[in-house]
Amino acid sequence: MLQGTLDMLVLKTLVMGPAHGHTIAHAIEQGSEDVLQIEHGSLYPALHRLEDRGWIASFWGTSENNRKAKYYRLTPTGRKQLATQTARWEQVVRAIGRILKPATE
Amino acid sequence: MGWFRFFRRSHWDRERAAELESYLQIETDDNIARGMSHDEARRAAHLKLGNTLRIREEIHRMNTISVLDSLGRDLRYAVRGMRRNPTFTLAVVLTMALGLGANTAIFAVVDGVLIKPLAYPDAGELVSLNHTAPGIQVDAFQMSPTQYFSYRDEGRVFQQIGIWGDGGTTITGGGDPEQARMLAVSSGVLEALGIQPALGRIFSESDTTAAASNPMEVGGSAVILTYGYWQRRFGGDPSVIGRRITTDSRPAEIVGVMPESFRFLDIRPQPEVILPIRLNRAGLVIAGFGVRGLARLKPGVTVADANADITRILPIWLNAWPIPPGTVGRQAIENWRITPTLQPLKEFVIGGVGEMLWVLTGTLGIVLLIACANVANLMLVRSDGRRHEFAVRMALGAGRKQIARAVLIEGLVLALTGGALGVVLAQAGLKLLVAIAPDTLPRLNDIALDPRVVAFAIVISIVSSLLFCAIPVFKLAMRRESPISATARGASASRERQRTRSTLVVVQVALALVLLVSSGLMIRTFQALLNVDPGVTDAATLQTARVWIPPQQVREDERFTRMQHEILDKIAALPGVRAAAFASAVPMEPNRVALSAIFVDGQTYAPGTTPPGRRMKFVSPGYFGAIGTRLIAGRDITWNDIDRRIRVAVISENFAREVWGSAAAALGQRIRAPAPGTAPPVWREIIGVAQDVHEDALHHPAPTMVYFPVLMDNFGGQALTGTRAINLVIRSDQAGTESLLNTVRNEVWSVNSNMPVFLVRTMKDLYDDSMARTSFAMVMLVIAGAMALGLGLIGIYGVMSYVVSRRAREIGLRLALGAEPAALKRMFVRHGLVLTGLGIAIGLVAALGLTRLMSSLLFGTGPLDPATYIAVLFVLTLAAVLASYVPARRAAMVNPMTTLAED
Repeated sequence: MLQGTLDMLVLKTLVMGPAHGHTIAHAIEQGSEDVLQIEHGSLYPALHRLEDRGWIASFWGTSENNRKAKYYRLTPTGRKQLATQTARWEQVVRAIGRILKPATE
Repeated sequence: MGWFRFFRRSHWDRERAAELESYLQIETDDNIARGMSHDEARRAAHLKLGNTLRIREEIHRMNTISVLDSLGRDLRYAVRGMRRNPTFTLAVVLTMALGLGANTAIFAVVDGVLIKPLAYPDAGELVSLNHTAPGIQVDAFQMSPTQYFSYRDEGRVFQQIGIWGDGGTTITGGGDPEQARMLAVSSGVLEALGIQPALGRIFSESDTTAAASNPMEVGGSAVILTYGYWQRRFGGDPSVIGRRITTDSRPAEIVGVMPESFRFLDIRPQPEVILPIRLNRAGLVIAGFGVRGLARLKPGVTVADANADITRILPIWLNAWPIPPGTVGRQAIENWRITPTLQPLKEFVIGGVGEMLWVLTGTLGIVLLIACANVANLMLVRSDGRRHEFAVRMALGAGRKQIARAVLIEGLVLALTGGALGVVLAQAGLKLLVAIAPDTLPRLNDIALDPRVVAFAIVISIVSSLLFCAIPVFKLAMRRESPISATARGASASRERQRTRSTLVVVQVALALVLLVSSGLMIRTFQALLNVDPGVTDAATLQTARVWIPPQQVREDERFTRMQHEILDKIAALPGVRAAAFASAVPMEPNRVALSAIFVDGQTYAPGTTPPGRRMKFVSPGYFGAIGTRLIAGRDITWNDIDRRIRVAVISENFAREVWGSAAAALGQRIRAPAPGTAPPVWREIIGVAQDVHEDALHHPAPTMVYFPVLMDNFGGQALTGTRAINLVIRSDQAGTESLLNTVRNEVWSVNSNMPVFLVRTMKDLYDDSMARTSFAMVMLVIAGAMALGLGLIGIYGVMSYVVSRRAREIGLRLALGAEPAALKRMFVRHGLVLTGLGIAIGLVAALGLTRLMSSLLFGTGPLDPATYIAVLFVLTLAAVLASYVPARRAAMVNPMTTLAED
């Protein structure tokens, strides 16, 4: 997976509300209809990096099935970051789309 | 944030481990819910998560790399860069080492002398009890023991208070009679200083009490030895306590030994033995102003409070003590207007040296600034050379911040290396400094390269690195060009940088000018001092030696004067001795000179007033001839005058002019010292007028003097007055040699074997001491000035070389088109001179303002001395021409073909 896209997906998942690592991993996998297969372990360095940048914040809580789990939530900066990244992503996608389209027509 | 995580890496690791474990548990639960067995579920969860150890490692690395690793990388990078450019590195490190070393050394001095408290407990509470007497124009009026009692009884601000004096004491029995340096203290002095003896005890109340018949006496009861004397004389034997020794022919019991670290203020030489000042208040009369006082103030009491308290006590004191008839009256003492001018003891010890040290500190600070300007220039040249490299690094994703940090760290490494070398230099410099520093520089023993000084060196290294990195970093931040275009050669950008560099040179020249002017002024001061006619000729061939005849040996004044005469005749007859005489004090011994009101016959004085005080000396015949003081008018005192008690006196020329208008007019006039009230006044005729002598120091004006014969009748109420303590003056080419001293000693001892001979010095030593501060300040300022000039030269040279190398292609083109090499040379020299001229203009303004600060150090020249300014301008301009000529010549030798073919 492209560097940076995982960050964006994590942020996107957290828009719905705070979640712990396990939920985030499954949400990304299921949300993409299993197109994006990620090794769940690689999620944690990404979470760490995002937290380090101040885009997400963490707290310890209890999971649905009563396990101790670390929850992440989006910070205001993270929300802004998601918006700009999404916009840029859409730009790139549109640009690539425009380049690819004429060939298929 | 990065640092925070770096230092809590293990915490974060535990946190991640817990988080991963939580994932595994949840996934395992889910798997079990899907129908797997527990083991299976756990295994599947592990599979899904991946290698947990690797994940933790990755996060750990993230926390580490972001901070320390990049710092380490920058450090390694800096060191590699330094090694790759040894010339650059050497130039920077050496420049910084010089600047930092000089400043570290002077800080050690300033810290030791001016900043550190004196080595007594709670030294901030200690004060020196100084007084002035404006009514008779005396700045340093000493105390009377009665003041000590009044202050002690009536004072509200003192914890302890005492009086002290210093001098010599003859210690006899066992070997040669020895004159030991003596400190005399009343009860209260050692207590105020808070000193515990190493052995035994300090003086008790009974040690410091005298009989009413002799109400003030020094010694004769107990003695305390200093550590050094105890070691030297008694081999450090602890059983000396309780033993008796003989001081001034009186037995005294050794009651204590001072600790090795004990120093009494900063008096020189330091005492070897301490004797008690023994007092009996029942017998004391009010006058007897000849001791100094010190006290420990109660906590929280200020010097102003203490002055106010003493001002309150003085009228009480004046009426509390008896005034014997025939001495100076109560009204007269009141008219002296004795005023307390207490001073923290530290200030008293430091004296006037603070000003000189601050001037030196400022001077060396300027040297450091010049050094920083030079290094900033070098850094600019280097960062120019690295523009390509920076551009590549930025293209690879490094931010401006990271590059700036790399530059700063490189600067820091360079500065700290320079600082470390500087500390080594400072260590050597301090040894040299302490060696050449005048003996009169106080607290030399407190100067040390201690951790405070090293900390200071580190701080100024860091500050300097920030200073000289500021410009390259600022330039970097301002650079708006894109990384790619920076790799191409741009002329406009280089012109801009050229301007920065030229500004630095202008600043350097300006600062160097200030320093050169200050050192020039010091040289002029020194010259002026050398040109002063001290009133003494050829001081190097003038031997002085002090001889004292203890009253226990010879009591009658006439007898000891005959003995002195006998000694003098024997010494005068020695081979090689051209002249010999003696006097109560020689020049440069201001604290041995008595001060007295002198009445002039024919002048009237309002009741209760006294005429101005004059310095008095008691001299033998031949004194003026021996030391080389010319007689302006009249004749010298003779032995005939003395033997027949003819009442005569010699006065100084300035005294004669002040009162009678000229030296000749003073001859035949009569003067007298105060006499006991009822006795008829005893006038003495002025038979000679002597040239003025700079008695205190060359840079102090010559005081008005009265010279009386060494033996007189009816002087100060006594039938016969001799001079028990004399200073021999011997004119001989062998002055200062051991052989002369030995023969002199033997001659003295052949007259009386119990007379010590001490304080043997040549007159030149005494004068050198008096000039020592000036010559020290001069040497230091000249060193600083030379450093500034050297660094400034390197600055100009560097910039001009750079200009030439930058414009090599242009020069080549011009030469190819037929330009004259000589004209090219002139062009570059002119460029250098323009920069120098600007620097000189700014420097002149700064110098005119700043040199005022050093006017107290100057003598015989003002801060605006034109000769100094002209010489400095000449030297600087010459240096600038030289520094730009060398690169200019290189420019003229450019081969057009090679430069044009480049690129």
